[in-house]
Amino acid sequence: MKEKRIASGNGGAAVICRGVEKAFGTGNARLQVLRGVNLEARYGELTFLLGPSGSGKTTLLSIIAGLLKHDAGSVEVLGRNLSELHNGEAALFRLKNVGFVFQQFNLIPALTAAENAAVPLLAAGWKRKDATAQAKELLTDLGMAHRADVLPNKLSGGEQQRVAFARALIQSPKLVICDEPTSALDGPTGRHVMELLRKVALSPDRAVLVVTHDFRILEFADRIAEISDGVIVKVSEGKEFQEHVR
Amino acid sequence: MLTGDRPKYFGLVLAIAFSTFLMSHQMSIFVGLLERTRSQIRDVQDASIWIMDPKTQYVDEVRALSLQDLYFVRGVEGVQWAVPLLKGIARAKAADGTFRNSILMGVDDATLTGLPQKFLAGDWQSLRNPKTVAIDRVGYEYFFGAPPYQLGQELEMGSQVVRVGAVVDASPPFVNLPVVYAKFTEAINMVGREPRQLSFVLAKAQPGVTEEELCQRIQASTGLKALTSKTFGWDTIWYYIKNTGIPINFGITISIALMVGALVSGQTFSLFILENMKYFGALKAIGVTSLRIVGMIIMQALIVLAIGYSIGIFLTALFFQLTQDNLDLRGFRLLPEIMLLTGGLIFVVVLMATILSVRRVVVVDPAVVFRG
Ligand SMILES: Nc1ncnc2c1ncn2[C@@H]1O[C@H](COP(=O)(O)OP(=O)(O)OP(=O)(O)O)[C@@H](O)[C@H]1O
Ligand SMILES: [Mg+2]
Repeated sequence: MKEKRIASGNGGAAVICRGVEKAFGTGNARLQVLRGVNLEARYGELTFLLGPSGSGKTTLLSIIAGLLKHDAGSVEVLGRNLSELHNGEAALFRLKNVGFVFQQFNLIPALTAAENAAVPLLAAGWKRKDATAQAKELLTDLGMAHRADVLPNKLSGGEQQRVAFARALIQSPKLVICDEPTSALDGPTGRHVMELLRKVALSPDRAVLVVTHDFRILEFADRIAEISDGVIVKVSEGKEFQEHVR
Repeated sequence: MLTGDRPKYFGLVLAIAFSTFLMSHQMSIFVGLLERTRSQIRDVQDASIWIMDPKTQYVDEVRALSLQDLYFVRGVEGVQWAVPLLKGIARAKAADGTFRNSILMGVDDATLTGLPQKFLAGDWQSLRNPKTVAIDRVGYEYFFGAPPYQLGQELEMGSQVVRVGAVVDASPPFVNLPVVYAKFTEAINMVGREPRQLSFVLAKAQPGVTEEELCQRIQASTGLKALTSKTFGWDTIWYYIKNTGIPINFGITISIALMVGALVSGQTFSLFILENMKYFGALKAIGVTSLRIVGMIIMQALIVLAIGYSIGIFLTALFFQLTQDNLDLRGFRLLPEIMLLTGGLIFVVVLMATILSVRRVVVVDPAVVFRG
């Protein structure tokens, strides 16, 4: 099983960060959060970004997602240099190519599970009927077929996160970005949704980048990058890391 | 999305409905009241030119003319005919002692020019009999009780005893008094303290002469003021607008209604948007453009607006429907112009409230979605 994981992927990198720097504020209040980050996330792999609170994980993720501009260095996502995208292009680029999973799920309360999962398609101009049909298919893969027409407040945390996965994956994005996807869930549920994520999201032409604190889910990683104080201090293969921890 | 938050949704619909109701209701009554100030002018349908003392400003306060003036008017070229009209206040008293001040209209004995066209009982012929008057609905019901109407009842007008020969449907006067129509020569003996002379001369233009032209001719040759019914009606309305507290009172109520609508809908919308910011942030992160999100919110605002407005207008229409037989409220109704105006005002207010709060969606940094 582990052998297969390491062997997966075509080796190419979906995300390449080189010397990325980012600071917030000016003058005395200036805070250098990223100090030259080098990071790769490869196609066909789950790359975990691990680090203490305040180390800059979310900041880096936001930059890779094109939501935040970096100060120096270069960020290449799916072959595009992000500095070259202006705002409108960045939104379209995200809509087409990047799937998002948030810690707090952020499902829209007035929409059913299927409609929530269909949001990116609707935003891309799909007809409601087609979009929800597509969403239901994906929800079925995630074991949520019976909950497709339920409103988010009737769903458990694990179920909400599965809907969020469906929303992130529905456009078949080449890059999926997850910020602390399990930290709002209990241990077994967290493990379960990560198993599902691996099953559904992993594909040879997609890279999945997961920021986490949660040591219980590290076994699902193909590669683990450790960040501390704004620099990547170590990158290890999932298998190595676990042996090391053990 | 807003529909997911029931209490807010209903609050919003209610606020808009309330505001719409209050505005359209008050505007209708305001317009109805102003309309009433020219009731006595409007009810004279057979003559189209009113001639009065140059100092007379509106229909309810008149400086009397002399018979001489009537003859002068008749002498003006282009006048087909001219008749006297008396408008005064007379105290009317029924046999059982019930009394009330009434608006007395003395119309030309020969032609009865100025008598309302619609009769609820009797006809204009009966006024030809001596000491016979026509009374309006309000007057009849005040003195003699509810219909069916019985003609021939006695009424003491000033020092004269007269009989009711007809019941007419007169437009409601501004002061809600009964209106009594009598022949001019009899009416001058019924009025109280006022001069026993004519208040107006009513005239009609010969075919081929425009009313405006004739008014100018009459003014030039007699030195009296001559106005078309329409102009005189508007002069009267403007007199009341300028010289009474009515517009201010109604203006205040209407502004309050508008402000309540603006504040409540504005407040609810910004709260709604604030509470849903993280979802809007998430949508922006996913790549949905601000324009689309804003469009969606405005769409929802318009739906709420349409529902609230419909309820409000329905309530106003219902109110006037239910009160149409009420003698104090008759004639008040919801005009299409008022529906449009109310709709326009409430639309602008809700749109402004939405746009002001929606601005925050545009400026929100989508990176907020990753923050706790
Ligand atoms: N917009 C901002 N303005 C100012 N400071 C910021 C901003 N965003 C992040 N920071 C600061 O940058 C540092 C890194 O923040 P970041 O959210 O990237 O950390 P993190 O590794 O995700 O932490 P956590 O595990 O707690 O989520 C923190 O000190 C934070 O206060
Ligand atoms: Mg973080």
